[in-house]
Amino acid sequence: MNSHAGGVSTGADRPKSMEEVMQQVAEHKGCGTSGEGGKASCGSSGGPEDMDPAIWEKVKNHPCYSEEAHHHFARMHVAVAPACNIQCNYCNRKYDCANESRPGVVSEKLTPEQAAKKVLAVASTIPQMTVLGIAGPGDPLANPEKTFRTFELVAQTAPDIKLCVSTNGLALPEHVERLSQYNIDHVTITINMVDPEVGQHIYPWIFWKNKRWKGIDAARILHEHQMRGLEMLTERGILCKVNSVMIPGINDQHLVEVNKAVKSRGAFLHNIMPLISAPEHGTVFGLNGQRGPTAQELKALQDSCEGEMNMMRHCRQCRADAVGLLGEDRSAEFTTEKIESMDVHYDLEGRKAYQAAVEQERQATVAAKQAELADLEAEFSDVKVLIAVATKGHGRINEHFGHAQEFQIYELSTEGSKFVGHRRVDLYCQGGFGEEDTLPTVIRAINDCVAVFVAKIGGCPKDSLKAAGIDPVDKYAHEFIEQSAVKYFKEYLAKVKSGEIVHAARGDADIRQGAYIAA
Amino acid sequence: MAFKIVTSQCTACSACEPECPNNAIREKDGTFVIKPEKCTECIGYFDDPQCVAVCPVDDTCVIDNSYPRYVAA
Ligand code: SF4
Ligand code: SF4
Ligand code: SF4
Repeated sequence: MNSHAGGVSTGADRPKSMEEVMQQVAEHKGCGTSGEGGKASCGSSGGPEDMDPAIWEKVKNHPCYSEEAHHHFARMHVAVAPACNIQCNYCNRKYDCANESRPGVVSEKLTPEQAAKKVLAVASTIPQMTVLGIAGPGDPLANPEKTFRTFELVAQTAPDIKLCVSTNGLALPEHVERLSQYNIDHVTITINMVDPEVGQHIYPWIFWKNKRWKGIDAARILHEHQMRGLEMLTERGILCKVNSVMIPGINDQHLVEVNKAVKSRGAFLHNIMPLISAPEHGTVFGLNGQRGPTAQELKALQDSCEGEMNMMRHCRQCRADAVGLLGEDRSAEFTTEKIESMDVHYDLEGRKAYQAAVEQERQATVAAKQAELADLEAEFSDVKVLIAVATKGHGRINEHFGHAQEFQIYELSTEGSKFVGHRRVDLYCQGGFGEEDTLPTVIRAINDCVAVFVAKIGGCPKDSLKAAGIDPVDKYAHEFIEQSAVKYFKEYLAKVKSGEIVHAARGDADIRQGAYIAA
Repeated sequence: MAFKIVTSQCTACSACEPECPNNAIREKDGTFVIKPEKCTECIGYFDDPQCVAVCPVDDTCVIDNSYPRYVAA
């Protein structure tokens, strides 16, 4: 398969086969795909039924938007826009922005010229890099010159890279026209409310028209701009995703209204993220004890919005300058210092060939899951269980339990398997994994799952997981996640049927603390 | 008087720089500073000092008492 794939030049300018590239990419990530014939992919459906094919075409390779593309394609963010024009109660810009997911790690601020060079260097090394975003710290549209200069520089050399911005929306209406000229087709707006009464508890102030506005006036102006900005994007055919931060007691119920409001104005995806708050973040919410939602509360809200529109559940609240597949950070390879000394050669054709090959694989493997799905028994149609999966990407169970920085969560039912979210655990195991006292926190993070699928696991954590009622499963090592999940679910149902196990609802799980929320 | 930026508080977010009607704010050694001889406290331009209004950290853009009060020409 795919042995025809075109050459992908790296700094050394040597054409490589698809297999070599996959191997190289895999090595970067600390795993090997050799012995699998270089075949490293997975897939699910072609396109959601309720989505316009033109939109699906735009989103399917976007790792932030498409549920399946995030296994295969990578995005990067550059932090060129540190200023912001509003204040959110979940953000403390005294230290670093909201988009920072690891306290203490300061995003590297770049000039547009440095950022453009970094983008080309990364894209030449990682052919899956298809999306460039400008996110926090700060708001890209509060720094229009820096943001647009960066896009202009990148578009000159790398026209195949898609551009996107994440904004709070305040300055959006005045920049929509300019955005559309730069051929930017992805915009994310963070919308936490459609009622200023609610908004005043989230935004203490905004800066607009040379004045600081507070309280309900601030929330009203922000709300109006967000709605107008969204409508203007829709009119121009620019894709728009909405992010919302779920803040229990403040906007949790209200987000159902937000969901309706943004859907009716043409947003194609709504991503509800949990508030992450702790006193050490120094945010208003961190200091006043405002809690974030539990995993169950978050899922219940996402479920209640599900029928309304496409929900995005795989957002990892990534760092502003993160590089790589979602959830996997390769920033250390691309520091400003290293990039300055790189001789970047941008190979547009090679990148196109690589991306075409990945797409082919993705479609070819959809069949694997479909075949398993065929004979699921209808009599258990109301049994639903969650499983956690340790994966490094490519849709396979290919991560060691002890090395997993996050788990992907799938919901299994007779309908098949459905990706429902991520649980990060990296903060829990900084002291080196396998230490006894870190295990309970990992278990709490996946406590609502009946099983955890891993490529490998040690005897000790295995016993602890079993004691906690979580089945450690390593027999599907390196196989496709969804296919294995359905196989497992069939066995699970068979055991329930024979009385070997009793199906019961699991408890709730923790959402990791220690991260800020993306703007 | 002019305004000054309390260096230890400044996050170098750069928000104030483009808002100043007098181009009085510049980046210097990783933080931002106000040139007191250029600052008019925004008098004649805006009701509120812009640097104060946009700065995300309270009490960072403050009156510098070592300068006499600005008097509009
Ligand atoms: S979260 Fe983003 S929009 Fe909100 S104050 Fe922080 S930087 Fe600004
Ligand atoms: S008070 Fe006004 S004139 Fe003075 S530095 Fe601040 S923005 Fe500039
Ligand atoms: S707005 Fe405040 S924090 Fe930002 S650069 Fe100016 S003085 Fe520093």
